[in-house]
Amino acid sequence: MNGRDLVGALGPELLALLRTAGRIELEGFSLELDELEFRLPHGALAPAALVPPGAEAVPERPSDLLEAEYVPERTEYPGRIREVVLGATRREGGSRARALTVGGAEAPAFSLFDRPIVNRPVISMDVFDTRVPMPKALRAPFEEVRDDPAAWARLNVHQFGAKAITVHLLSTDPLIKNTSPRKAAATVEEVLQAVDVPLIIGGCGDPRKDADVFFEVAAMASGERLLLNSVTLEMATAKTLEKVARAAAEHGHNLLAFTGLELNDAKELNRRLYEYVPPEQIVMDLTTVALGYGLEYSFSIHERARQAALMGDAELQHPTISGSTNAWSAREAWMPMPPTYGGPERRGPLWEAETAIALLLAGVDIFMMSHPAAIGAMREALDVLTSWPLEEVAEGRANDWVTAAIGGET
Amino acid sequence: MARRSITETSPIEVYRLLPRTNCGECGEPNCMAFATRLVNREVSLESCPPLLLPEHDSDLADLSALLAPPVRAVRIGQAEREITLGGKYVVQRHEFTYHNPTCCALAVDDTLAREELVQRLRTISEFSYNYIGRDLRLDAVALRSATGDPDQFREAATTIAATCKLPLVLCSPDPDVLRVGAEAVPGRRPLLHAADRTNWREMALLALDTDSPLVVSAPDDLSGLRSLTKTLRAWGIEDLVLDPGTFVGPGLAHTIRNFSRCRNAAIRDGDELLGYPLLGAPIAAFAGEELDPVRCAFDEALTASVLLSRYADILILQGLEGWSVLPTLIWRFNLYTDPRKPVAVEAGLREFGSPDRVSPVLVTANYALTYFTVESDIKAANISCYLVVADTGGLSVESAVAGRYFSAAGIAEALESSGVAEKVDHRVLVIPGLAARLSGEAAEATGWKVLVGPKDSSGLGPFMKERWPPGPA
Repeated sequence: MNGRDLVGALGPELLALLRTAGRIELEGFSLELDELEFRLPHGALAPAALVPPGAEAVPERPSDLLEAEYVPERTEYPGRIREVVLGATRREGGSRARALTVGGAEAPAFSLFDRPIVNRPVISMDVFDTRVPMPKALRAPFEEVRDDPAAWARLNVHQFGAKAITVHLLSTDPLIKNTSPRKAAATVEEVLQAVDVPLIIGGCGDPRKDADVFFEVAAMASGERLLLNSVTLEMATAKTLEKVARAAAEHGHNLLAFTGLELNDAKELNRRLYEYVPPEQIVMDLTTVALGYGLEYSFSIHERARQAALMGDAELQHPTISGSTNAWSAREAWMPMPPTYGGPERRGPLWEAETAIALLLAGVDIFMMSHPAAIGAMREALDVLTSWPLEEVAEGRANDWVTAAIGGET
Repeated sequence: MARRSITETSPIEVYRLLPRTNCGECGEPNCMAFATRLVNREVSLESCPPLLLPEHDSDLADLSALLAPPVRAVRIGQAEREITLGGKYVVQRHEFTYHNPTCCALAVDDTLAREELVQRLRTISEFSYNYIGRDLRLDAVALRSATGDPDQFREAATTIAATCKLPLVLCSPDPDVLRVGAEAVPGRRPLLHAADRTNWREMALLALDTDSPLVVSAPDDLSGLRSLTKTLRAWGIEDLVLDPGTFVGPGLAHTIRNFSRCRNAAIRDGDELLGYPLLGAPIAAFAGEELDPVRCAFDEALTASVLLSRYADILILQGLEGWSVLPTLIWRFNLYTDPRKPVAVEAGLREFGSPDRVSPVLVTANYALTYFTVESDIKAANISCYLVVADTGGLSVESAVAGRYFSAAGIAEALESSGVAEKVDHRVLVIPGLAARLSGEAAEATGWKVLVGPKDSSGLGPFMKERWPPGPA
């Protein structure tokens, strides 16, 4: 029998064996040949696999799994995010049914899950004190209450389960209705009486007018631990910052320090505020831009801020907030588009939810949101992500998608 | 052992290993400039022809090791339609930048009738959305063996090979099924899903036989993933992708934790066994208890968004309707822009239509998306006008106003340097609605009358009809 015939006879068996064993040792076997040629399917075996035992540099194909355990390590961070309390109960000098604590993070959010979440992030639902242009899909759930902030707040709390309310006093804008501070404060008072959840009070963005409005609101709602949204470096330039900050300190309110995607500005503003209020009364708004319109800038600035804070930068150790309703400024959220893109009633809530959830992962603590469907999706995510210990999963189910019957037009 | 992060590699170290001939063949003025661009990962080693000569073999090897990403770059698909997965240097994008955008693979399965399959493949291949002047597209097709029947799988794979050029992912837990599928698409280098604790030997042989990259799957079991990669590396298989399991609903926290652990281990701890691209399967939203397809697609899109933010290098998706695909493609595009460079267009004057001496003058920000949106709206409304693009540091109008990158002084400067004053006889400037609060100061700073335009540039058409030409001041 020549070599070629021998291999012709042995080859298939060898291959079959090797397929399952990965390696064969030939014992008590000798072979004298002039020429030995193996013809095996290309790539079926590494060339060295048939080298007799004892030869050097055989890349051994282990036939059993080489166990390599993963051992998680818990990372400790030198810094911690301060806790801020929103709203005050009667016992605490306010009139809210319960207060909400935000912040307190000791590690990057929703990443390694090696410790429980200290405080569940809060979703605050928007109320506007005047008719602002709003996409139809966004205003549809609130059509009945758009002219009555108190009724709007009640709807948000009783029907949509809001745990906090943001009253945007946009009518105070000198370019809109220029509503007086006294009248704006009266609106806040009505909302305080209509609902018993903590309130965030939004201004119009004019550094002088906002200061007058917040000054009035702070005194009227003394002790309610409002979050005044917002104070800015523009107020410092306009010399109105001190007035607001002192009013907040005197009446026990929190301040929202708003800056535009620039951490040095955020730190500078916080330093100015430390002169008037305890750091435990400061929340940061680093700016939320809609998905598709620069959300990645917001995402990365929050990741950077949180990382720096946990590494010890005390001037950034404040909870953060996101105006996720901004998602609706993206035209993909509200514009008519070809049929495959569905209507805004489907696209819009998804857009708002995606904008919020990206920032949730970046560590944001408070979300100002609007659409009930987007809020529902965020709540479901929060339920899952904040439960501790983590809910059990059925490992076997993870790959069901590989073989599942997935029907329907998708 | 922690490996050195990318930002710790210096151009000098790289320069020392280059030929140092300053030949300029790479297009750079000298080797030091090339070294700097290498460290920034803006060019690859292959751009240096002398380095590829035999006498530089050891330097090339050292450089490759020095510059290799801690998450391996794995290529799938055949040459001209190849996609690279992974190749990541950092955990968070702001630390450097992300490379190789997450591959979006759309699923088909072997229960589809041929016409349905061909139709779906066409929809996948043709999907396109223009965003900031770029076409966002779907990248790959994932064929699932839903029947478990090798013949059905072969037939579907054959149809795909004949009608669709996109890279392929072949999915079945059964190595025999996967083999007939792989053999039906010769030369396509499909990504094979997946080797697990029970079938890995057969899957390893298949990967070697077909020279294809292989997914290893161990749901919620990182020790399993490490054991599989360790073993398969011993078999000489390096083109691996990790599937730590995608759980939607109550398991989402596990999913995020496992993805985060893999990526942190690979990059921060230098764990080579987890240094491979990550596969996420938001399609799992369709394989659970929820039956409403709209709800499934909504959940899938949210899961995809989460996994894009949490390091997935390839996603398997089912929903093919624009409303659920679009946010995924846009977020993917956004996350993979280079945070070191704003997505900006050049500041300066643009002319649209055939503007004359009474045409409107508009101003906007130089964020690319802002600019392209305004541009397309001006064109759609057929407005002849001048558009002054102000340098807002690549920020949108809204963020630039908030951050004071778009100010009255900035508008005045942009207007002045544009020279538009010499092209028109009027002195009326239209500013974006989102910059309304600058109107007073802008009028003062420019000496022009200021009109506040619409908040969204889609309103420019009606705005111009109503407000232009403006009445006497």
